[in-house]
Amino acid sequence: MSGDHNSMTTLAPSSVLRSPRPRNVIPGFNITMGFSLLYISFLFLIPVGGLLLFTMTQSWEQFWRAISHPQVVASYKLSFGASLIGATINLVFGLLVSWVLVRYQFPFKRFVDALIDLPFALPTAVAGIALVTLYASTGWVGQYFDVYGIRIAYTQIGVVIALTYIGLPFVVRTVQPVLEDLESELEEASAALGANRLTTIRRVILPALMPALLTGYALAFARALGEYGSVVFISGNLPYLTEITPLLIVAKAEQYDYHGAAAIGTVMLLAAFVMLLVINGLQWWSTRRFSH
Amino acid sequence: MSIGVDRINKRFNNFIAVDNVSLELPEGQLTALLGPSGSGKTTLLRIIAGLEQADSGRIEFHGKDQTHEHVSDRGVGFVFQHYALFKHMTVFENVAYGLTVKPRRERPNKEAIRKKVMSLLELVQLDWTAHRYPAQLSGGQRQRIALARALAVEPKVLLLDEPFGALDAKVRAELRRWLRRLHDEIHVTSVFVTHDQEEALEVSDRVVVMNNGRVEQEGTPEEVYDHPANPFVYRFLGNVNLFHARVHEGTATIGDLRVPVPEHSDSKEQDALAYIRPHEIDVLANNESGDAIHAIIKSILVVGPTVRLELQTEHSKELIQAELPKHQFRGLGLLQGDEAWLRPMQSKVFLREEDATNPQESDL
Amino acid sequence: MTELHTSAQATPVQLDRAAQWQRATEEPQWVRRTLIGIALAFLAAFLILPLLVVLVGAFEQGLGVWYAAVTEPDARAAIRLTLLVVVIVVPINVIFGVTVAWAVAKFEFRGKPLLISLIDMPFAISPVVVGLIFVILFGSQGWLGNWLSAHDLRIIFAVPGIVIVIAFGTMPFIARELIPLMQQQGKQEEEASLTLGASGLKTFWYVTLPNIKWGLIYGIILCNARAMGEFGAVAIVSGRIRGETNTMPLHIEVLYNEYMFTAAFAVSSILTGLALVTIAIKSTVEWWEQRTGATE
Repeated sequence: MSGDHNSMTTLAPSSVLRSPRPRNVIPGFNITMGFSLLYISFLFLIPVGGLLLFTMTQSWEQFWRAISHPQVVASYKLSFGASLIGATINLVFGLLVSWVLVRYQFPFKRFVDALIDLPFALPTAVAGIALVTLYASTGWVGQYFDVYGIRIAYTQIGVVIALTYIGLPFVVRTVQPVLEDLESELEEASAALGANRLTTIRRVILPALMPALLTGYALAFARALGEYGSVVFISGNLPYLTEITPLLIVAKAEQYDYHGAAAIGTVMLLAAFVMLLVINGLQWWSTRRFSH
Repeated sequence: MSIGVDRINKRFNNFIAVDNVSLELPEGQLTALLGPSGSGKTTLLRIIAGLEQADSGRIEFHGKDQTHEHVSDRGVGFVFQHYALFKHMTVFENVAYGLTVKPRRERPNKEAIRKKVMSLLELVQLDWTAHRYPAQLSGGQRQRIALARALAVEPKVLLLDEPFGALDAKVRAELRRWLRRLHDEIHVTSVFVTHDQEEALEVSDRVVVMNNGRVEQEGTPEEVYDHPANPFVYRFLGNVNLFHARVHEGTATIGDLRVPVPEHSDSKEQDALAYIRPHEIDVLANNESGDAIHAIIKSILVVGPTVRLELQTEHSKELIQAELPKHQFRGLGLLQGDEAWLRPMQSKVFLREEDATNPQESDL
Repeated sequence: MTELHTSAQATPVQLDRAAQWQRATEEPQWVRRTLIGIALAFLAAFLILPLLVVLVGAFEQGLGVWYAAVTEPDARAAIRLTLLVVVIVVPINVIFGVTVAWAVAKFEFRGKPLLISLIDMPFAISPVVVGLIFVILFGSQGWLGNWLSAHDLRIIFAVPGIVIVIAFGTMPFIARELIPLMQQQGKQEEEASLTLGASGLKTFWYVTLPNIKWGLIYGIILCNARAMGEFGAVAIVSGRIRGETNTMPLHIEVLYNEYMFTAAFAVSSILTGLALVTIAIKSTVEWWEQRTGATE
């Protein structure tokens, strides 16, 4: 990968000189590109490579034992399942919120709009202690559920709540601009052709929003998979029950079980790569299909 | 199906978009709503469609009140300036859309839909695009698909909002001839909005000229062009020269020239403006008849087969435009700076107070 | 819930009036109100309540207690460390953001999408994995552990480790703000400036910078907020040495785990205020851009 970049930076000037097009007059390609690649390499590529190499220093059996231990598998299920549920909640409410923000007028709309970014800007640890305080059985919200015997904090429901919270901006912020740019003529055309409002929404608006919705969904899911700070407080971290995968990595690292931590970390890293591929694929697909 | 527009009013905040407009658009005809931007033509079209609600007034299709019908129940075909094709559907799915959203008991079966869509695609000569996406088509092709889609539901009336407005000049000219032929084939009552007078005159059976939310004139293209009802229509339908004139008991005097104006026989010594189109001016090399207007040729511009002259008259400061065939101009043997004499072949004289609201007057 | 109820009662009346005519792009009023009600209820539960909990928790025992909590020595050490990290990390990421945006926006080269994906990576990687990566690299049992201890260098459980993981975690923010902005502005203005004889740096300073000013400001403030709030990665590399390697979020965790809730919320309220300022600036910048964009 870095070899490719090297050949690119060294080849660029000569190949540009040979091309019939005039040379780009803007200066600074080599220095900005060089610094960028250096920074990314040292801060990102080499360390990530280090983790993968470190994982490979253990035997396959050791690696497999680390990532398939029942406690770890339970954490995968929780992390994956709760992230999926959280992202799905965000898909539904994110669509609703962006619809309401784009289409309707109501008091304090600008304020509400600005507030959407809060989970993005608020430190996860702060969110974590705020959520657990709210949803504990004595908390402002938790007490009402406690009456019916429903406990939220220190259960898997709490994990879902935290993961919903941190994923909230993603669907809204990807859908909102698309909805704003959606030509009203499409809806008018659909209505003029005899479709009722629900049919128009189902067959014209939702398909047009689908790439943005899926991208937002994938982003929220990816973010939730790796989330740590906002979850550890509300989850209670009960083995096999409310332990998320990132928590196990922290636990193993704190016990100096670097090989175990690296093995699980590698699994999570792969999951992140896959999610990134999915997100890029979605964007590629939507621009290819829908842009003029 | 005829369209009745009965005393329609519509304002947006303080802006009066449509000002008490009444129209009767006959069945089977292609009517152009022609006017400058902001004249209310698009708003009127959208009110007819049910996309906007009038503040007051009634819309009727074939005598049946439609004022409170929702757009989806009116049975109109609407074609948008920017096509409004559904990007995520193929051309086939776009055209089929209106049929597939019908309630189950009215909906044709799949095979019937397929036949209908394919026949419409053949009608617009685009059957080979059925499985493409709109993004893969050119602008002109997209607009033809949009038209096929609107026709699929067999609309009672077809409404087109600046249908050629987003296309380049060549495609535009082709497409409007094509629309004319198509209309001759299907004969659905159609209304289209345009700001291009050439387009309106070429395509339509009837022209409705609008300005400031009001109807200035309606009639066949020929009537409207040859006998403009007022200065606005005169000016809007093409280039026009304005001559200062005095009207007295049925005769208008422009310089040495006297023109009979029987419609102003009651006027006495009134200021007036004579409207004369560039091609309605006869350019002469001498003043044999003795009643032509003297002028100096300021510039000569040959545009293909015609010659455009700019001339200065002694009686007014403004340059007069004249247009004549190249061979005729050659015959005169005139050069830039030469003297020439002008004689209007046709003119229309409006008294000054009729023209009082016209802002262009101050330019003269 | 009450919102839902009242709008449901209002339904027949609204329908009666709306039945006459309905704009093709609008829903009936009762639908609109119901949707607004549900959306606002969701946002209130998920966004406003946590915010209120922090503020009430921080101030319910009075300003004096709040002040004492944020000025006790460990808290001050945490604030100092956090500010130190920010002062190092933000400028580095500004330089990185500007240079990478310049390269991506003003030049065409092979592998550009790959580079953009690489910039996005820290978004996708769990902060915990980020921390782990550097523990494995620099920790006592990691790749460079022996070499570092032989030279008496400490990175893990010390300030350098914290700086590195935070720089990693906040790497994308400024770049992601600037790249679309600079791509959208093209390079004509820069070319014009260069043809008028300005040097590259002058061109950047007088032409490019004013154009990207607001995006850069928002990027900096967001990078700043995220740097101060970074938790998962720091939790692994810091070792939580009180008064030494505790950043503000870690300090909050320690306080919370020791049941010192008021103090935890007091320190949280500072970071919450910072988050609110961040989104206020974002909102203002967007509003400003919309306004100026509309008049242009």
